[in-house]
Amino acid sequence: MAELAARASTWWAIFQINFYEKLVYRGDFMLGTLMRFLPIVTQIFLWSAIFSARGGGDSSGEEIVGYTYYNIVAYYLLSTISRAFSSMPGLASGIALQIREGEIKKYLVQPLDLISFFLLNRVAHKLTYYIVAAVPFAIVFFVCRGYFEGWPPTQVLCAYVVSLILSFMLGFFMEATIGMIGFWFLEVRSLLFVYMLFTFFLSGHMFPLDMLNELGGPWSTIVKSLPLMYLAYFPAAVFLEKITGAELMWGLIVQVGWVVFFIIASRLAFHYGVKQYSAYGG
Amino acid sequence: MNDRPSYSSVFFMFLRNSLVRDLSFRSNFWVECVSSLSWVIMNLGFYLLIFSYTNSIGNDTGWGKWEFFVFLATTLLVNSLVQMFFMPNIQEFSELIRTGKLDFALLKPIDTQFLISFEKVNWPSTANFLFGILLMSISLYQLTHRPTDPIELTAGMVAVYAVFLLCGVAILYSLMIVLAASSIWLGRNTSLYDFWFYITSFSRYPMEIYNAGTLGLTLKMIFTFAIPILIVVNVPARILAQPMGVDPTDKWMLSGYMIVATALSLLFSRWVFKMSLKSYRSASS
Repeated sequence: MAELAARASTWWAIFQINFYEKLVYRGDFMLGTLMRFLPIVTQIFLWSAIFSARGGGDSSGEEIVGYTYYNIVAYYLLSTISRAFSSMPGLASGIALQIREGEIKKYLVQPLDLISFFLLNRVAHKLTYYIVAAVPFAIVFFVCRGYFEGWPPTQVLCAYVVSLILSFMLGFFMEATIGMIGFWFLEVRSLLFVYMLFTFFLSGHMFPLDMLNELGGPWSTIVKSLPLMYLAYFPAAVFLEKITGAELMWGLIVQVGWVVFFIIASRLAFHYGVKQYSAYGG
Repeated sequence: MNDRPSYSSVFFMFLRNSLVRDLSFRSNFWVECVSSLSWVIMNLGFYLLIFSYTNSIGNDTGWGKWEFFVFLATTLLVNSLVQMFFMPNIQEFSELIRTGKLDFALLKPIDTQFLISFEKVNWPSTANFLFGILLMSISLYQLTHRPTDPIELTAGMVAVYAVFLLCGVAILYSLMIVLAASSIWLGRNTSLYDFWFYITSFSRYPMEIYNAGTLGLTLKMIFTFAIPILIVVNVPARILAQPMGVDPTDKWMLSGYMIVATALSLLFSRWVFKMSLKSYRSASS
């Protein structure tokens, strides 16, 4: 019991440090979050032009793979929420840097589990982010409420929340695993770039992945069997009720599967990585 | 002794030094080429996907698939030039201000803006530039060989295109200098790159897409006249992709305006740069 209390107080301390650190720059932070929506504005105009071209000047009634113009805009807005959960800025590169600079040895000598510590850090980071970013997000979604057809039913909403939390876990453990590759290759920057590139395009951040369906060829199957689609596409599509029933249940199960897979992978990578580790740096 | 430095020989020295430096880490050089190219190719894939669902960007705007790829190639050419010559330097400039190392640049007997703008040349960006040329050639081949009203390409058009391309680069450069110089007053530069990314995202699509609604027209006005980012790619791309244009008078008005905007942007950025140097406090020494 005492041990658990001690651990809880450590976690609380870590959480508080992160919390206040973020709040120092809250003005800059809110502005930064609002600015994040700017590229979406251009994206919205682009899609408006595409739909109007399809309908010969009138975009109402036009659909692309079941998405109306309003659906697409809602999809973009929702994908920013997915990414707010699943993106882990600086996680993989941070781990790789700590390995290279030799800083990681402090976790090896302290009675602290590295992955749990990083996870806790990230949870604190994300929670503060949501508290501060709630204002700009609320403004944008309120302004754009016309693009939504109202709230989805409760069970869809529950599935949505579950898939968001899973996308956070997936993002974290996937990036942690990639960062641990630094145990074997000291410089992983180009690898991270490739990961970032694939995440950007294949997570569904740029377009609803359903668009690949009508393309023919293996593209849709390949992209939809990668874990990346759970980082942005899946939660957004669940909210918009594009994925329902058995497909939804199956999707959630596969998402859990990927989370478990990367939890094990990151543990294994750490276990074997430490054996490789030669504590460079001071 | 000549007391005026020879700017061209200094510039060639910068080019040479950067090439030597880039080629000393040869595998890194190739990795950078490949990674920036793969970014471009992914983008191209996205637009190919879009054009499998539509014939043009906007109704009756004339931006069909190959016209748009001329536009995209222009974006690529402008951006690769900016990345090659200015991006690494201007980022460095903010850092010089923050660390107080700008002293060394100020002491050199050469124009400070010239020095901090050209010191490093990012050679791996040539990969994107060459890809832009390739994409441009393919698109123009398609446009000049299409069965219905093919575009007739003349040497004059290409020359005018090149001039406007450089105008576009100059406008982006001015914007960059203004943003970087503002870090003298703000003292921090973390969001500089983000801000740059968000602002330039408005230059990525044909300006006709903003012809919808009040918000669109407001944005179009702001990014044409206040921050002339929208014309950077649009004006040169129109010269090649739509020589007759949807609205010829509009096109020539805009082209004329671009010359003025380029001159004003350069002058304004020069002014901001000089003002910011006056406020420089040499932070650390």
